[in-house]
Amino acid sequence: MSTPILELRKVDKSFGPIDVLHEISLKVHAGEVLCLLGDNGAGKSTLIKTLAGVHKPTRGEILLDGQPMAFDRPKDAQARGIATVHQFGGTFPLMSIGRSFFAGVEPTKGWGPFKVYDRKKANAIAVKAVQDFGITRIDDGDRLVGGLSGGERQSLAIARAVHFGARVLILDEPTAALGVKQAAHVLRIVNQAKRRGLAVIFITHQVMHAMAVGDHFAVLIRGAIAADFRKGEKTREQIADLMAGGESMADLEANIEGYMDSHDGHPPPPAR
Amino acid sequence: MSQSFSIGGLLRRPEAGAFLGLVAVLIFFGIFGGVAFLKPAGMSSWLNVAANLGIIAIPVGLLMIAGELDISVGAMVPFGAMTTAIIAGHWDQSIWLAIVVTLSFALVIGLVNGLLVIRTAVPSLIVTLGTLFAVQGIVLGMTVLIAKSTSVALKTEGPAKAIFGDFIPVVFKGQLQSIVVWWLLAAAAYVFFVHFSRRGNWIFAMGGDKVSARNAGIPTERMTMLLFVLSATSAAFVGMCQAIQFNSAQVAGGQSFIFNSIISVVIGGVLLTGGFGSVVGIFFGTITFAVVNQGIYYTDFDRNWSALIIGVLLLIAVLLNNTFRKMALTHAPKKK
Ligand SMILES: Nc1ncnc2c1ncn2[C@@H]1O[C@H](COP(=O)(O)OP(=O)(O)O)[C@@H](O)[C@H]1O
Ligand SMILES: [Mg+2]
Repeated sequence: MSTPILELRKVDKSFGPIDVLHEISLKVHAGEVLCLLGDNGAGKSTLIKTLAGVHKPTRGEILLDGQPMAFDRPKDAQARGIATVHQFGGTFPLMSIGRSFFAGVEPTKGWGPFKVYDRKKANAIAVKAVQDFGITRIDDGDRLVGGLSGGERQSLAIARAVHFGARVLILDEPTAALGVKQAAHVLRIVNQAKRRGLAVIFITHQVMHAMAVGDHFAVLIRGAIAADFRKGEKTREQIADLMAGGESMADLEANIEGYMDSHDGHPPPPAR
Repeated sequence: MSQSFSIGGLLRRPEAGAFLGLVAVLIFFGIFGGVAFLKPAGMSSWLNVAANLGIIAIPVGLLMIAGELDISVGAMVPFGAMTTAIIAGHWDQSIWLAIVVTLSFALVIGLVNGLLVIRTAVPSLIVTLGTLFAVQGIVLGMTVLIAKSTSVALKTEGPAKAIFGDFIPVVFKGQLQSIVVWWLLAAAAYVFFVHFSRRGNWIFAMGGDKVSARNAGIPTERMTMLLFVLSATSAAFVGMCQAIQFNSAQVAGGQSFIFNSIISVVIGGVLLTGGFGSVVGIFFGTITFAVVNQGIYYTDFDRNWSALIIGVLLLIAVLLNNTFRKMALTHAPKKK
């Protein structure tokens, strides 16, 4: 098989005495979606922040195109084509689509000290970039980003990353706050990005969403990879059980139903 | 796409509330104060107030758009006045030397503000509260030490007087201060900087989400420093012009600029939490404030009521601005 774009070899990450990641080894190939699954607190965000140059690994290696890499800051990772899209971040709600798309790299026209921001050009490029991803509802670059739906915002952020040459796209729970339709929207964009040959790391705790786009899955439990498998190797129930930390979801559900039967139909109080 | 003219389109702009506010106060004082305050003498009284305040309000507003606050301007006005008066008046040096030294010191204080804000995690409100008191202390201490007084006189003649602190001849019956011209020039330059140059975009991005802005490659720290330098030197510039205009400087009396500039900026449609606003809005907001501040003299009302009007106006402006901002956010062009 070809060299993976991004590879982790036995990466550990500790914050002082707190060990968050243990011996993480992973590979992501171009045109492939790696789904990173795990419960809250499993270390998913820490892992992607390490990939994005926010944190430095305590031990272990990160390889880009087979070459060991060290990122001192997020900009370094970005310059090498690793783009992170956060749940809401990365876009500026009160800025226009064109202006936020080009924040920091605004196109200008004119000369010398009188160079002005080229609104027409920025709007046209931004609108075309999102429309190329099939979001034809966005046709006015002057609209404010905050007025878009959650799915459209994610799509805009992904289109932006792709436009500026991302090769590895890291999506941190992009569908977590979205309704069913909006989530489907984002999943379609993820598939498109993959078809364009990007490597996608898709973080989620929704098994259905992972199964819809994933080629390769890794389940993270308390900072370690508990399972690593390819599409079709496990069923939805098996994955859900893995995420729950071995405890069978079916058992859990049976427990809750049993509780409700003996408590006048009230669900058990939430665990603290 | 073309930006065709429409009422809705105008209301969605950040300056919509400020513009309506200005129209409202002009009508209000037109009715209760008669036309006197729209005649040259009346107009110059509020234009002078607006100019002195406006030169400070614009950079204070830009800082607010970028997600920062600067209240040390309240000390920078007497600082600018006193530094100029001591050098050109008490020590009898050239006024040009006084101007250069005053603005250079202000630049340094602006750099200190900016550095403290970007190097520490302390909110800029607290940092500039610190420099507000520190600079006040320096001005009072040094003035008493050097001049043995809390007020220093100076006499300026020649071009410096005409350029920085004289009444403009002929127009408006010669009652307009030269600082009005500086204000108009500055406002025009800021409009270009904020709304046309690409750096303006950075200010909005910084106020929207500082971490994302930095990750997008925007030099957020350099921009923060620049904005603090602008507000400090602008405030010192106003103090300097006042000293030249009125031939004297006092150690106190800048505090009103803190609240007045923030009020003008907020009436002008700038979002207190950053990321939204416009220079034209701040410009209208400043005039609105000045009209209320001076217009009261042309009515039969007691002067004390102007604070009430400003308070009510501020609340109405904020509510209107919130509404217009929501309209802007939810606006989607109709399907063709
Ligand atoms: N900067 C940090 N310092 C100390 N502990 C941290 C830090 N960042 C994350 N952690 C800890 O690491 C664990 C994993 O967090 P996180 O990566 O956010 O999990 P997830 O994204 O999977 O929900 C948590 O227990 C969290 O408290
Ligand atoms: Mg997380």
